[in-house]
Formats: sequence, structure tokens, C-alpha cells
Amino acid sequence: MADLDSVKRFLKNYDGPEMNIMEICGSHTAAIAKNGIPSLLSPKIHLISGPGCPVCVTPSSYIDRLISLAGMKGHCVVTFGDLIRVPGSGESLASARGKGARVAMVYSPMDIIPMAEKEPETIFVFAAVGFETTTPVYALLMQELTEKKITNVRLLTALKTMPPVVEKLCGDGAPVNGFLAPGHVCTVSGYAAYEPLAEKYGIPFGVAGFSGQGLLIAITGIVKNCGKGVVKNYYPMVVSREGNREAQTLTDRYFEPAPAVWRGLGMIEGSGRVLREPYREYDAGSFDLTEDRQANPACRCSEVLTGRVRPRECPLFGKVCTPMTPQGACMVSQEGSCFTYLTAGRRD
Amino acid sequence: MEKVITTAHGSGGSATGELIGEIFEKEFHDEMDDAAVVDAGARVALTTDSFVVTPQIYKGGDIGRLAVCGTVNDLLMRGSRPAYLTAGFILGEGVTFSFLKRVAHSMAETAKEAGVRIVAGDTKVVEGSPGKTPEIYINTAGCGLMDGWKDASGKTVSVDVSAAKAQPGDAIIVSGTLGDHHATILGARMDIDVSTESDNAPLVDMVGKLITSGVKVHSMRDITRGGLGTVLKELAGASGKIFLIRDESIPVRPAVRDFCGIMGLDPLYMGNEGKMICIVAREDEDRALEIIRGSVYGENAQVIGHVAGAAEEKSTQAQPGDVILRTAVGGERSIDVLRGEGLPRIC
Repeated sequence: MADLDSVKRFLKNYDGPEMNIMEICGSHTAAIAKNGIPSLLSPKIHLISGPGCPVCVTPSSYIDRLISLAGMKGHCVVTFGDLIRVPGSGESLASARGKGARVAMVYSPMDIIPMAEKEPETIFVFAAVGFETTTPVYALLMQELTEKKITNVRLLTALKTMPPVVEKLCGDGAPVNGFLAPGHVCTVSGYAAYEPLAEKYGIPFGVAGFSGQGLLIAITGIVKNCGKGVVKNYYPMVVSREGNREAQTLTDRYFEPAPAVWRGLGMIEGSGRVLREPYREYDAGSFDLTEDRQANPACRCSEVLTGRVRPRECPLFGKVCTPMTPQGACMVSQEGSCFTYLTAGRRD
Repeated sequence: MEKVITTAHGSGGSATGELIGEIFEKEFHDEMDDAAVVDAGARVALTTDSFVVTPQIYKGGDIGRLAVCGTVNDLLMRGSRPAYLTAGFILGEGVTFSFLKRVAHSMAETAKEAGVRIVAGDTKVVEGSPGKTPEIYINTAGCGLMDGWKDASGKTVSVDVSAAKAQPGDAIIVSGTLGDHHATILGARMDIDVSTESDNAPLVDMVGKLITSGVKVHSMRDITRGGLGTVLKELAGASGKIFLIRDESIPVRPAVRDFCGIMGLDPLYMGNEGKMICIVAREDEDRALEIIRGSVYGENAQVIGHVAGAAEEKSTQAQPGDVILRTAVGGERSIDVLRGEGLPRIC
């Protein structure tokens, strides 16, 4: 293990070329703030949050569809808590629930099964949002649903994968000189997928864990590899090059790649996952949700998500847009950049 | 057949009388009249709190114990001596007599421990929802006396504490491990066995000893729903000072820390029901810590930081009202109040 003091000295005294390092993953954004990492870096090293909060990159039309499903007779939308307060083009699920729409919050997708068994006359729609880490759980849910022949559950999917969006950012010339690669995502998908990107764009990737020490070491590694197209694994206890084959196989059984719309980035080929043809009857209408219109036109979530604007540069930040009155998704999710910057007092 | 609460028990008639006689009079040993007449000094502290925790019985306590502790601790935090409580019960139709008796007994025991009397009460019955286990909700109001605490020599000592009174250099003490109640409640709901139990406890011994010791106590707050982070931020804001906190000094049980890791929780924002923060003059830091550690429920107390002095105020970018946390890796970040949902029905 590298000596923490020397790592900290290096990062504080770094005086090379300016480095913009993007943390792709929302959990990294939260861990960076929680550990006070920016206060330990030289003014020449900048950390930028990327599009790695699944709720934040979900387009408004998806939320709008959930709200309309929740308001339909005999329907109940089932979701993780962080989606409930995200505004669509107007309302959020929370405000719709206040007006009588049926929305249930769960901690695991599997919780939908007993609900569906107890009320066979109701259609339960799971808001299946997530990246490579969460999709295998939806695959497990599908396995359970098909085995138990449960027919009153649907998935409204907004599933996404990381490498295509990283490619898109690099291709669009985002001002990024290095990436903190997502530790949890790489646990499932492996880090091999980032090797061609590193090579093509000559940018270093460091797979990082979520402890303060782990983050500092990975950032050091990325800075030291500035300009080199390499992928280094700083989370080897958990992440391998190939990832979790079993989870990948299970995911592939039920889901296939498809184009997906990302808030702020538009349509990206191959960046989504949708239910395969034999299982389409379980889909709640996920295929035409391409429109993305923000409830507050001044909201700059889309630029925050792509590293073009810092949360504090948005005119709404901390004023009309707070965790209690979120104007955009980045202020709702606990992994959202704006939420983290505001609640952990991140000033960079 | 097991006896259960019916709407008749809320009628105000004979069934209500039976309920009061069978449970509340037996447990609380006070006459049940329209209103209780009690002795009070010239100045009293008054507070009220409602309790809806679910599950209603959990490791280390139940809604009855909680309903006494919550109100007693609120009274203590103003430096008053808790003396009287009232208890209002809202009972779901179908609540069993045995369950209600258990809760009432637990209230009586906790009141005894805290040295307060439950002197008045009320009962209402509401219809249950089909398929749902009927529940009990409790409101307690409390009256605390502001006439001071007697020390060992019989001398009366009182303090004047308020949220705004923190002074530069003051020590900030937390009376024990954080997140135990929150982890117990959430763990029970998620069927995860966390190796801890609720900390629900009346802090009478701790506060009494602190006050009668003559330690210069500037502020006290019980750390409940919003967690330590919220309380720190509120106290810093009220006093217009900068608080400097060391992350590593914040006491958290290893089992709770592990649970937080799994659930993505931050002990800083987890609810407690028997913990307080206490801000004391710098010269009294060691003595205050020793007194709290030597009191009932205080053995894990820690000094977690201090109020910035004049020189520190100048050398930092922080603004008055900021709480700055120094992290384990040596980074700094500021702490805000709890934002967002919290855990519903934690108390």
C-alpha cells in the first residue's frame, strides 16, 4: 500500500500541467465530498462530476410516463426512493402521489413480487433505472417473475451502460484529462471495456474504490499517467479485468443493447439496455421516451452532467434549487452532483 | 379469547373506565381526574412530543419507553428538572390489552427511572385498516421545574443554557455512540440483525451531574431525528460561531458503521433517542467529559471538536455558522443540516 502521507504531499504540491479528472460515478462524487478530497488537491488538479448518477441522466419523458402510469386505474408504480422527488417536465411522482396517484417505495426490486401476488388485479410497474450494477438485479427479478408465472408486473426501463457515454464525452471533446473509472460498475462489467477508449483518446483511467485513501491513490495514479492511454486498477480487491461473468450472463439473458437518451447528451447508440423480444410483454412502454424537457428552463443539469458547468455556476443552485425544492435531478439524488456539492459544502 | 381494543374503549363510557382502571391507573398510580393539579416552582419548562415509531417494540425498548425519554430529554436540554408528564394514547381498534399493558408498564418503569410522574392522560380509539396490525400512537407533554438542581451538599445549582451561547474555544462533547436507534429501527424493518440496540434513555443522571458539578455548560441539545450533523449546524448557526469537528472522534459502534456502509447511511445524520451534545467552557473540557462518562448512559462520551477561536476564525475560509469536518484522510468539508427524507416513523 502506498504511503498516504507521500500521496497527499504529491497531490498538494503538484505543479505540472492542469488536470481535469472526471469521476464518472455518482458514488464517487459523494465519497469525494464526504472525505473532503478537493481540499487536499493542488489548485492544478480539478475534479469534475460526470454523468454517473442514474436518476440524474434519466430524461423527463421517463418521469412523465411513470406519473401517467401511477395515475391509471388499477396501476401502482414501484420505485426506489430517490426517483420519487425528481421533477419530470412538470410534476414529480411525489406531487402526483399527493393527488391520488399510486406510488410505492421499496428498497429492492424483489419487494414487488409479494405486492403483485397479494393484488393480482393490479398492474405493478417497477421504475427500472440504473447502470451495469443494478441491471443484474432486474434480471433476477425477471427470472423470478417468469419462474413464478407472475403476469401483473411490468418494467419501465431506463437502463444504461457507461462505456458508450464515456466515448461520447471524449468524442465531443469534453475538457477531461483523466477518468476515475466507476468501481461498482467495473465490479460487474470489468475494466477491459475502457481499454480501447483509453488508447483511442490517450487518456488515463483509474478504477477507484470509495474510501478516502483509495480515492487519493487513484487520483495520484491518474495524474502520474497524464497523457497516457492506460487503464489502471486501484481497486483490485474487488474489481477484475473481466468482471462478474455470472451477472453478465444473467443480464444478457433478459436484456439487450439499445440506443438510449441521456439528459444533456441526447441519444447515444448502444448505451441502453432494454428487455429482449421474448420478454417484451413485461415492458411498460419504455421505447419511445426520448423527449427531455426540464421543468425549469434555467436548470443547467444537462451541462453539469457533462462537466461543462460546475454546480455552483448554475444560477438556480442553492437559491430556488435546493434538496427540498429541487428544480433538476442533480439536486434530488444523493449521488447527484448538485446535491453533494450543496450538502457537503463542496466549494470547487 | 384475547382482549382487544374496540371503538367502545374510546367512547368515554364504561369501557373507557374499564380500560383506565385495568391499565393506566395500575401502571401510573395517579388519580385520573379532568386535570392534574401539581406543585410547580415559579418558572417551568413545557414541551410536547408525539410518538409513532414502527416497529413498536424493538431491541432495547418500545414506544412506551421512547415516549417518556423523548419528552424528558427535551425538558432536560433547557436545564429544567423533569417532574410531570401527561400521556395521550391513540389506539388502533384491535390493539390487544396485553400489548397496551406492556407499553404502559414500560412507560411507568421509564418514568420511575427518570423521576417523573405521569399525572394525566387521554385515550382515543381509531378504526384500523384491514390487513394491518393495529398500532398505538402516544403523545406526551412534559413539565420541568426551573428551580435548580440540588448538589451533594444540598445547595441548589441552576444553569442558563441556550443554543446561542457557544463561545470561542468551547469544547464540543457527544455523550455516546451515534446511530444506534436508527440502525435498530431500520434493521428491524429490513430484517437485518444489527448487533446493537436502541439507545432510548432518559438523560437525567447525566444532566443532573453535569449541572451540579458547576461545569460551565453553555449549550445542550439532544441528538434526535436530524442526527448530529443537523444539531451541530443549528447550534453553530444560532451562536454565529464556526465549529471544528474531527471525524475520527465521532463515536460510532463498529456494527452500526458496517450497517451504514451497506445501506449508504451517514452516522452524522442518523437518529438517536438517548444522546446529547454538550458545549462547555474550554477549561472545563476534561472535567465535563469525566462527569458524563461516569454518569448513566455516558460511558462512550467523546470530545468531538471545539468552537473556533479568534485566530482559527481568521485562518479559515469558513463563515460564521459553518461546521467544518476534518476527515480521516485529512481533508476538510462543511456539514449541513439533514436534507431530504430521513427515516419515516423513527420515533
